[in-house]
Amino acid sequence: MQIYLPIAEVSVNAFLILGLGGMVGLLSGMFGIGGGFLMTPLLFFIGIPPAVAVATGANQIVASSFSGVMTHFHKRTVDLKMGCVLLAGGLIGVAVGMVIFNYLKSLGQVDLLVQLFYVVFLGTVGILMFAESINAYRKSRRIGANPPARRRQRNWVHVWPFKMRFRTSGLYISAIPPMLVGFAVGVLAAIMGVGGGFIMVPAMIYILGMPTKVVVGTSLFQIIFVAAFTTLLHAITNYTVDVVLAVLLLLGGVIGAQFGTQVAVRLKAEVLRVLLAGLVVMVCGKLALDLLIEPRELYSLATAEKD
Amino acid sequence: MRWVLALCLLLLLSTLARSEEVVLGLSDNQVSIDTSFTGSQILIFGAVKRETPIRTDSPLHVVITVQGPKQRVTVRRKSRWFGIWINTDAVVADAAPSFYAVATTAPLDEVLTQTEDLRRKISINRAIRSVGAPDTIKDASNFTDAIIRIRQNEKLYQEMEGSVKLDQQTLFRTAISMPSDLTEGEYLVRIFLTRDGEIVSNYDAAIDVRKVGLERWLFALSREQPAIYGLMALVIAIAAGWGASAAFRKLRNW
Repeated sequence: MQIYLPIAEVSVNAFLILGLGGMVGLLSGMFGIGGGFLMTPLLFFIGIPPAVAVATGANQIVASSFSGVMTHFHKRTVDLKMGCVLLAGGLIGVAVGMVIFNYLKSLGQVDLLVQLFYVVFLGTVGILMFAESINAYRKSRRIGANPPARRRQRNWVHVWPFKMRFRTSGLYISAIPPMLVGFAVGVLAAIMGVGGGFIMVPAMIYILGMPTKVVVGTSLFQIIFVAAFTTLLHAITNYTVDVVLAVLLLLGGVIGAQFGTQVAVRLKAEVLRVLLAGLVVMVCGKLALDLLIEPRELYSLATAEKD
Repeated sequence: MRWVLALCLLLLLSTLARSEEVVLGLSDNQVSIDTSFTGSQILIFGAVKRETPIRTDSPLHVVITVQGPKQRVTVRRKSRWFGIWINTDAVVADAAPSFYAVATTAPLDEVLTQTEDLRRKISINRAIRSVGAPDTIKDASNFTDAIIRIRQNEKLYQEMEGSVKLDQQTLFRTAISMPSDLTEGEYLVRIFLTRDGEIVSNYDAAIDVRKVGLERWLFALSREQPAIYGLMALVIAIAAGWGASAAFRKLRNW
């Protein structure tokens, strides 16, 4: 069934979009990521203009994250206090990222920047996480059920001022590191059109030392707000949010996210991390190849309405 | 006396030259883009009206062009830079039509002289007004070629030589198919009658391409009330997220 999208100004197959939303939603629910880093490139691939894909992707992330976070609320695996601290940094980050995005768009280098960001961040995060999680997985199998107690280490997050107690996460750390993590993720969110979960989740585990069970729910919680803010800014400054496309994506997405959360509960945390790391590395590899291999069409067009 | 005769002859010639006129029909003079829009086919047909017998010295040809609203297009070229491919050069074409189709009864260079093409901007190459290239770029024509190549691949530019059917030098018809990713606006239809490459008559008409219904409403809202539009998008997203999670919980407890 073909549907014409009013803002993207292309006609697409509705079932294809539903399926795409469903698949990304499934991963979103499983890993606590918004899924934007998959969704945005996939939308490019089926012919949605990049600017519309970035903005509408953010809108879809709001829906799938909201659906996922509700489930986590019922399981009490959301650290609200931590979420709010992350969010405070995140919103400032989005505003800054948006300014950078629009400046680079005027230079014509925004595609390059987005791709480089993807390659660098996905690559680093993916490889680090992959190595670590494979180790953890091996250890957990060798010793048996008990994972090594690695949470009692003290590092800089414990030493800085403005200490706060995060009861749900069982942490007593400075509020500055979570703010910085939130800010960095906010900048990325605006530039890359993603919620930033794939940076957020490892940062929470490895920098802040939060327990994996709480990480997913908390990450989703703050992604809702960052993605909502991104959507609004794109809608107001660039007019690139396509509601029809978003509705199709999120219908698939929210259903997928529900299944994903169920799968996540049944899988071991280490396995979950290996899978997420593998996925991140794969997407990164694909994008790196696109930059390195000579493109078939060297020229690209950008139109502006003539008055 | 002699010059009066010459004047009469001249008048006669000019009326002769004008004696073939186009009477046009369009299958649609409006294209409505609604939710199920997948592209459109426009039938253009017409007749040549004349008061004098058909000239037999040279054949009549018909050239039909359909042209979408003009846009400013920035063309960027990638080149290798430290091992990766990035946009390095840019050229702005200040008026390129968003859609352009030219249909003829025979190859374009047979039915039209270069001068007429240049004057009326009929072939695709002429229809794009190029380009304020910066001094650093020596090969600006490559950028214009790129616009044509890319848009031809997307079926936005079409050159259909020989696709106009002309019966008994009088009735002509052709079909122009428009892809689904059309830009809104006034589409100009031009019909030229030519003999020996010279234009003997021309006729203009317009097709209105408009979004309608929901498409129209959403598009207008997103431009005129972007904040409300953005909030609406968020409300839909949150409602869908909530709804799905609530529905699934019910389903599980049930």
